[in-house]
Amino acid sequence: MLRLPAFTYLRPETLAEALRMKADGGPEAAYVAGGTDLYPNMKRRQQEPRTVISLMGIPELAGLGRGEAGWVIGSCVTLTAMAGHAALRRDLPTLAHAAELVSTPLLRNMGTVGGNLCLDTRCNYYDQTYEWRKAIDFCMKKDGAICWVAPSSPRCWAVSSSDLAPVMVALGASFVLVGPSGARVVPAGRFYLDDGIAYLAKQPDEILTEVRLPAPDGWDAAYHKLRRRGAFDFPVLGVAAWIRWDGASVAQARIVLGGVGSRPQEVPEAGAALQGTRLEPEAVEAAAEAAYRPAKPLDNTDFELSWRKQMTRVFVTRAIEELRARRA
Amino acid sequence: MAGNRRKGGKAAGGDGLAVVGRALRKVDAVAKVTGETRFADDLFLPRMLFAKLLRSPHPHARIARIDTARAERLEGVKAVLTGKDLPLPFGILPVSQDEHALARDRVRFVGDPVAAVAATSEEIAAAALELIAVAYEPLPAIGSAEEAVRTGDPRIHDYGPYGNLHKTISLEFGDVEEGFRQAHLVREDLFFYGGSTHLPMEQHAAVAQWSPEGKLTLWSSTQTPHYVHRALAKVLELPPARIRVIATPNGGGFGGKSDPFSHEIVAAKLAMVTGRPVKITLTREEVFYCHRGRHPTLMWVKTGVTQDGAITAMHFRTLLDGGAYGSYGVASTYYTGALQTVTYRVPRYRFEGARAFTNKAPCGPKRGHGTPQPRYAVEVQLDKIAEQLDLDPAELRLRHLVPPHSLTANYLRVGSMGLAQCIEKVVAGSDWKRRFRRLPFGRGLGLACSSYISGAGLPIYWNAMPHSGVQLKCDRSGGVTVFCGSTEIGQGSDSILAYVVAELLGIDPFEISVVTADTDLTPVDLGSYSSRVTVMTGNAAIQAAQRARDVLARHAAKRLDAPVSRIRFAGGRVFDARDPARGMSFAEAVATAEAAEGPVATVGAYTPPAAAGKYRGAGVGPSPAYSYSAAVAEVEVDPATGIVLVPRIWIAHDVGKAINPAAAVGQVEGSVYMGLGEALMEEMAYRANRRVIPKMPSLLEYKSPTTLEMCDVVTYLIEDPDPNGPFGAKEVGQGPLLPVPPAIANAVYDAVGVRVDEIPLTPEKVLRALKKKAKGEDGRVGPVSFPEVRFGEPIRVAPPWEGGDGSARGDPGGRAGTGRASAEVPPTRHH
Repeated sequence: MLRLPAFTYLRPETLAEALRMKADGGPEAAYVAGGTDLYPNMKRRQQEPRTVISLMGIPELAGLGRGEAGWVIGSCVTLTAMAGHAALRRDLPTLAHAAELVSTPLLRNMGTVGGNLCLDTRCNYYDQTYEWRKAIDFCMKKDGAICWVAPSSPRCWAVSSSDLAPVMVALGASFVLVGPSGARVVPAGRFYLDDGIAYLAKQPDEILTEVRLPAPDGWDAAYHKLRRRGAFDFPVLGVAAWIRWDGASVAQARIVLGGVGSRPQEVPEAGAALQGTRLEPEAVEAAAEAAYRPAKPLDNTDFELSWRKQMTRVFVTRAIEELRARRA
Repeated sequence: MAGNRRKGGKAAGGDGLAVVGRALRKVDAVAKVTGETRFADDLFLPRMLFAKLLRSPHPHARIARIDTARAERLEGVKAVLTGKDLPLPFGILPVSQDEHALARDRVRFVGDPVAAVAATSEEIAAAALELIAVAYEPLPAIGSAEEAVRTGDPRIHDYGPYGNLHKTISLEFGDVEEGFRQAHLVREDLFFYGGSTHLPMEQHAAVAQWSPEGKLTLWSSTQTPHYVHRALAKVLELPPARIRVIATPNGGGFGGKSDPFSHEIVAAKLAMVTGRPVKITLTREEVFYCHRGRHPTLMWVKTGVTQDGAITAMHFRTLLDGGAYGSYGVASTYYTGALQTVTYRVPRYRFEGARAFTNKAPCGPKRGHGTPQPRYAVEVQLDKIAEQLDLDPAELRLRHLVPPHSLTANYLRVGSMGLAQCIEKVVAGSDWKRRFRRLPFGRGLGLACSSYISGAGLPIYWNAMPHSGVQLKCDRSGGVTVFCGSTEIGQGSDSILAYVVAELLGIDPFEISVVTADTDLTPVDLGSYSSRVTVMTGNAAIQAAQRARDVLARHAAKRLDAPVSRIRFAGGRVFDARDPARGMSFAEAVATAEAAEGPVATVGAYTPPAAAGKYRGAGVGPSPAYSYSAAVAEVEVDPATGIVLVPRIWIAHDVGKAINPAAAVGQVEGSVYMGLGEALMEEMAYRANRRVIPKMPSLLEYKSPTTLEMCDVVTYLIEDPDPNGPFGAKEVGQGPLLPVPPAIANAVYDAVGVRVDEIPLTPEKVLRALKKKAKGEDGRVGPVSFPEVRFGEPIRVAPPWEGGDGSARGDPGGRAGTGRASAEVPPTRHH
């Protein structure tokens, strides 16, 4: 069997305690929430923390509720709990829907909102056992020096594979990070970096504590996920579309693509193509075309990359059409 | 527990059968669902060690040196083995003894085992692998069958007809060119069927124990304990009588556990070296390296038909990518040509097949073994022919079925043949006549048929003994124990033994003890492969039970003072048919007989009928009986994405007689599931840019359908009893997979008018074909050429209707006149 390596498991009860433990453990310590991403990676030796600090026993990370400014979701709320929250489903149905598309019911029972937002980038040269990676002489994301997807590239092209991340960016969420020197708030769009290795603006010792989302206020959103099967699979393309309506026309729109690069990619030209329109077919086509052009999937996930790129057009169109249908 | 129990005899149906034909639970069902079943990895013995294999990171390399000193010094390591410790070769077929438990001087695929460690924990064993230094000298790797055909150097193995070909076959039954001249229409088509793997839920595992008396016991998750027994004796150089192999219940096999494997031999050797029990459990990735899955197969088929669709001749060529070792490959290659003739009349038939060695995990037998690929090609081509002739594909098939109880051009003896009823059932069920070619764009129906063997007619190694043996012991308490070498892989083989014996002895099947798959305790059964188990063990069990009945009836008759002919067995009693109140319990009957002549113990055996063909190669294809299937698939194709959904499949399967209809339907549904996965998404894909290495050896990234992708299945069991089957039963475990991929491919054409002549039928290919069609090009995606292969001059055999006697021309009596398996004949060498 594939076994976990030996490691020290710590379970702090407060944020301060967690931060202290991380300071003690240094670079060889890692935070974990549900563990559905980290533990399989540890079995494959993609990550090798000596100390694992569980955040699941910290009460302030487990809150979920609507305040005056909008929704606040603790990072350790499980995907199942969030998706099943009646009021949240009413206010943020697209977020609940995206959460329900993650993996399988069993993994959603363990996996958390924060875990999905910080999901390690994925690549089928990287998400392999130690022995497999050794057979290709490893890659730059772990133990090696080269990117096998683009061998002349100086950077890693592992793919952002979170279903929640593009939705958060589209919805204009912000994330609260708490570190040794205090708390800061980062907009979701600036939380992700365009690099398969350094893919988060979060410092290693910082903890993503909560997600803040705006309350419903004349906007609507949709999320369409492309994958081989109706369960288990990570997105090879995720399209989050967000629109603020002004009567029958679009006041503002955002189109965000997941699964096509190392971070969720907003396509401002696509949003701009919709602004001021009533989502007429030409406008939708223009937005889909605008989203299609910058989408540059590489050959490191399921499916052929040229097909994945073509699907951008189809899925953007369908996401916008869903919004139009709901408005009609 | 007693929920669905039925007392034998009490509920006898109109057919007079009390157990057979009823949807009883399986005898091991409760243990399975409560987690009590002990699989190989559940075994823990005192002082047990754990073994790990070091596998090659190179697809092809010479081994210059191996240094194990550092690993041996690691605390907790008890033994380290390399190829020099196990120098003798093995392999499932006598003609391809080309594997070593640990590579000696050459590795041939990524994952080829090189060294082994036994340690006090799995973690220590894994750590020790890292300390073994292997110096490799990489060799160019061969990544496809086409490349193997063109590339003679380096040679992966030093045997085979030429270059990197493992086997070539060339057979001709009648003059096909004359047949083509008589045709109204001749079509040539190319097809490719991609490789896929079995994906059993249970990863292979084995535990070995070496006793102080010098006896080896191996528990293993294997479908073929008898063949593992033989391989162990050979490689370990032990007398077979000192080896006991026990097949643990398999958590799925599908053909993937039918070869003797490196890990089994290594665990045994490590137990011998250390004197301690040794367990090895493979990782999921290692299961992908064991593979033995579906051969990727390129096919060219030329078929001539008359105006009403009667086939005048067929010429079929296959090229199989065999991977790094022989495995069952010679048989697999023959199977890509054997069964084309048993569904529709083929008066003249020519087959040329070749198997190539490549630097990939070895291919072997996967559910349907070598026949789903050609069946897909035949059924899709017939669909094209039907359209060209403006015929309904169902009608075309119905008009030209092989008659029951007949001999085919290649000398396969067809017995019962229920394909007409199968077609009629699925045509009616799917409302075919009203809906085919009439559904809106994007939705379609497709039909395909198939046939499969109910057990190979010949054993894997030549011998004159039965294929299946059963011992039966009746205890004076009334208990009955059935002993048989057959292997329970989830298909219900243990249950079949209990049902058959219960039926004959008139007792409750759940009162019967079944002891199987233990070479010390059970008579040989060749194993759970080739869909042979129900037919062969069933017949052997019937014979053993009849003999027990004879003994019991003789003594009961004496006691009841009635003629033996009036003694009946039913409801747990033995009685006089004229006055059923006059009788005794089954236990009393056993006690009566035992008092008279000692313990009541009988044996039964089964040997398939001799093959009709006598030419070289006639050994693959003959079977006691052929099952038949017909399927209609309904699909929805999204023309914007090419994504194919299959909401429903109607499938009819001629099983001869369903011994347990619930279990039979389960096998049909499981086959549909596996066929659906192969048709739409499963692919043993390889990376070639870096190394020839499996692209995604994981349960997550090797895409197999989930319950969400699984279609609704409407199953019809057709019961056309076969004289050779127990109670008329034929196979059901593999055959129903075969019509699924072609039915889906034909339905996609009906839906959107494009042909994807390649399996899997992925969205990328469908969309590419749609785009080609939109541009006014041929709406087809698939292979475009078949490489030049030197198949050699054909062995020419006159079909029965041309006065043939089954032997090759100019070779009366035939080289294979003994009925020997072709696998026994050494491969042809071209100098």
